[in-house]
Amino acid sequence: MGIANSVLEAVRTEMRRYPGTYPCKVGVRLGELTAIDQEALRFCFEAIIRETDLESLELGIEVCPRRHRCQVCGHEFIVRDYDSCCPQCASLETKCISGDELELAYLEVEEYGASTAGAKSTQ
Amino acid sequence: MERVPLERKVLSENDRIAAELRARFREHGILCLNLISSPGSGKTSLLERTLESLPRQDRVAVLTGDIQTENDANRLKRFNFPVKQITTGGTCHLDARMIERHLADWRLEDLDLLLIENVGNLVCPASYDLGEAAKIVVLSVTEGEDKPLKYPSIFFKSDLLVLNKIDLLPYVPFDINAAAENARKVHPGMEIVKVSCLTGNGLDEWMNWLEQRRRAHKSLLRETLSGCST
Repeated sequence: MGIANSVLEAVRTEMRRYPGTYPCKVGVRLGELTAIDQEALRFCFEAIIRETDLESLELGIEVCPRRHRCQVCGHEFIVRDYDSCCPQCASLETKCISGDELELAYLEVEEYGASTAGAKSTQ
Repeated sequence: MERVPLERKVLSENDRIAAELRARFREHGILCLNLISSPGSGKTSLLERTLESLPRQDRVAVLTGDIQTENDANRLKRFNFPVKQITTGGTCHLDARMIERHLADWRLEDLDLLLIENVGNLVCPASYDLGEAAKIVVLSVTEGEDKPLKYPSIFFKSDLLVLNKIDLLPYVPFDINAAAENARKVHPGMEIVKVSCLTGNGLDEWMNWLEQRRRAHKSLLRETLSGCST
C-alpha cells in the first residue's frame, strides 16, 4: 500500500510539469528483487485512486529480471534461480546491475478536452 | 495522447530525505542501523538484549516503528537510553520523513549509535532508504528457511543476517544450514550470526559484530575528516 501511495505521489509531482493535461496511464518498472507482488500493487493502486480525480488512471507494470555483469569477462546475463555464476567464464565475481528497479517508466497524458475535440473532428 | 518517457525513481522524494539524513549522521559521527524482519522474529528482543549489555554511558538511541501501540518503546525505555516510538497508523514500513520528524527534538551531537527498528514486514521496508549505514535482517527459526529466496531484496541489501530463536531448533523442522545457504545464494558472502535472545546464546557474536561496525565507522569518519583538512 505504501508503494502504491508513493507511485501516486510521484505521478502527482510529475504532472505539475504538464499543465493543462491529465494522466491516463502510468508505467512502472518493477525489479524482481523488490519482491513486490504485481497483483497486490495493482489492487492497492486501484483502491487508492477510487473516487479521486485520478480514478481513470491506468497502471502499466513491467517486471525487470535480475541482471549481473561478470567482473572478469564483462558478460551480462539474467540470473535465474539465484545462480549468479557467469555462464560464459564460470567466474563467481559478478555484480548485480539491475533487478531492483522501482521506477516510473512513462506517463501517458492527454490534454483536457482533447478526446471530445477528437470526437468532433471525426463527425 | 502523448507518452512521456520518465526516468524517475518512485521513491525519489524518500531518497532525497534519506541522503540528507545520511549527511547529518556523517556530520555528527553517528552509526545508524536499520533492523528489519517479519513480525515476531525478535527485533525488539534483540534490541532489549543489546541495550542491556551496552555501557550506560554509551551514546545510543532507538527509534522503534509499529503500526499501532507504544508497547515496544515501553519495553525498551527501561534501559534508560533515549527511545522513541514511531506509530505509523497503518503504513507497513518506516520512511525517511518519519525518521527526520522523530529526530527533530534529539541533539544529534549527543549520539554515536542510532538503532532503528522497522515495522515488521520483509517487503516494503527493503525499498525505503532511511539514511542508515547498514540494514540488518532478523529471521527466526520458526519461519521457513526459504524466506531469503521468497524475499530476496531485503536479504540482498542487508549486511548482516541475525538468525534468532536458535534455542527452538530441537523442536522445529528448520534446517539452519539451508537457511544460511539460501541467504548466501541471494547475497554471496553475507555475514550471519546465530542467536537466542531468550537464552543469550550467540549474543556475544552479535555484540562483537556491532562493536566492530562502530569502530570501523569511527575510523572511516576520522579518515574522511583528515581527508577534508588536507
